[in-house]
Amino acid sequence: MPILSYLRALNRALSDEMERDPAVCVFGEDIGIAVSNLTAGLLKRFGPERIIDMPISEQAFTSFATGAAISGSRPVVEFQIPALLFLVFEQIANQAHKFSLMTGGQVKVPVTYLLPSSGSRVGWAGQHSDHPYSLFAHVGVKTVVPATPTDAYGLLVSAIRDDDPVILFAPAGAVARRENVDFDALAPVPLGVGRVHRPGTDVTVVAVGHLVHDALAVADELADTISVEVFDPRTLYPFDWTGLAASLERTGRLVVVDDSNRTCGIGGEILATAAEEMHLIAAPKRVTRPDGTVLPFARELDLALQPTRSQLRAAIETVAKSR
Amino acid sequence: MADSADLYRTVRLIRRFEEQAIEMVRSGVIPGGIHPYIGEEAIAAGVCAALRADDLITSTHRGHGHVLAKGADPSRMLAELAGRATGLNSGRGGSMHAADVSAGICGANAIVGASAAIAAGAAWSHRRAGHDRVAVTFFGDGAVNQGVLLEALNLASLRRLPVIFVCENNGFATSMRVQDTTAGTITGRAEAFGIPAETIDGMDPEAVLKAASGAVARARAGDGPTFLECLTYRFDAHHTWEYSVRPRYRTDEEVAAGRVRDPVEIQAARVPEAVRARIDDEIEDLLQAARRFVDASPEPDPSGALDYLYADGLRGRGGTA
Repeated sequence: MPILSYLRALNRALSDEMERDPAVCVFGEDIGIAVSNLTAGLLKRFGPERIIDMPISEQAFTSFATGAAISGSRPVVEFQIPALLFLVFEQIANQAHKFSLMTGGQVKVPVTYLLPSSGSRVGWAGQHSDHPYSLFAHVGVKTVVPATPTDAYGLLVSAIRDDDPVILFAPAGAVARRENVDFDALAPVPLGVGRVHRPGTDVTVVAVGHLVHDALAVADELADTISVEVFDPRTLYPFDWTGLAASLERTGRLVVVDDSNRTCGIGGEILATAAEEMHLIAAPKRVTRPDGTVLPFARELDLALQPTRSQLRAAIETVAKSR
Repeated sequence: MADSADLYRTVRLIRRFEEQAIEMVRSGVIPGGIHPYIGEEAIAAGVCAALRADDLITSTHRGHGHVLAKGADPSRMLAELAGRATGLNSGRGGSMHAADVSAGICGANAIVGASAAIAAGAAWSHRRAGHDRVAVTFFGDGAVNQGVLLEALNLASLRRLPVIFVCENNGFATSMRVQDTTAGTITGRAEAFGIPAETIDGMDPEAVLKAASGAVARARAGDGPTFLECLTYRFDAHHTWEYSVRPRYRTDEEVAAGRVRDPVEIQAARVPEAVRARIDDEIEDLLQAARRFVDASPEPDPSGALDYLYADGLRGRGGTA
């Protein structure tokens, strides 16, 4: 079977949707030459009226996309750097997201925000290494964090077809992933549906984005002693609570690994919901970035603040033993 | 083209609508208060008279005049202010967000300067679809120091978009005088981006209509955006909370001087008295009917408080487990 890389999957989803629906267009910086590689080949294929290089005016072009979306277009907005989301939080959380409710449902805002290489790329320091997906889930913006090339393809297709704003984080730790796939079998992945990557009976590990691969590696390491189920929510809002509850029915034990700052990160929400509503036979744990993390520049300092496999392994072992 | 009587009808409707709305704020029928447009009616009336029904506008927190002038139903507008289920936005938007997309009113925005880029994107999308619609974005003098508005000027000029930037310069950003907040000139900002800009008498509906008609013709012909700085004066409070808080940022003498040129009176003088009387009566009937409509309208059902949040009807979890 041919090999599909994560970035190529996103590129293919974009081009397939642009081919299928003339309303789809892409706004961003340096997308003509495809600096992030997401839009490679698209300018030549679809032209400058649909692949639009924008001036460095993130706030304006984010709201420009809102205006286009309420007027018949279906824009995809690429942000090269996750911290730009802080700059356009007004335009996404306060404008695009609220438009439908505030107008009493008079308009739909079908816009997709695309973050290639979110989270740490190691060595990019404080303003290029954030992973603010929890903020958008908190606000109620549909938020997806694909872990694999197949899911990246399927979730981006669904995001573009969705009639609401959707934000897709493509974690830097996942974009190098490759997968053997049957290209003809690539299909939309519905928002709000999780995926069990590995079934298990002792502990459920909920892993977000690139951390799915760390969770799978740790599950392998522990295979002789602890049977770990790896649950990838894929969408953080709306979250697949039914899928998580089903997994916890089997295991009754929960560890979450989440690349958010600890306070108010999605990991906290998952633990709280499990504690309130689901089957747990042991106190759950989460592995996250520390409170208030700002990633420092030096490699050792950057890595010191991200969730690690050894932390995850220790958490799983503790939860597996506790009663 | 609108004639003198049409313009009079619009400025008079806005004035009387606002006076009625203020009474309804005082009596508690309208919660949260309003930002009265009284004194600035000529701008909404003149600009919207230059537009077609399928042209677009985006509005501001002080937006009642724009929404009425663009053709929204006054009864449903008043019901929206009162938070009724029959309101333009089904009671979800209120005074600061009144919208009637079917009439080209793409929302009033409560963040200063925020809607210019939305209007630019809407104009771009319609042009791309082969329409010749024009988009007008209204904003106040306070907005000219917001980055996103300046970014929108750049985008609109760069892409020669059919957008008209209408700055309602009433001299104050809430309490702050324009000369204390704004370096350079307002039109100079537009000119820096290569956008033709004009300062006009924003108290005269016909002067506004004339300038706006030129801007609309340019936009429709594909010649790009125009910026109109309309000099005006806010006769009433920034917001009705001033009636209880009573901040002192302008003297009574200054307000009295500012009210000498009244757009409703200016336009009234151009209309024969008999015609004017008939229009006045029609407007009173219309507003009384609007008030009856509000009183007969139900409040929204609390069980639907998050209706319309998502296009697909997605429901998140409630606030209790």
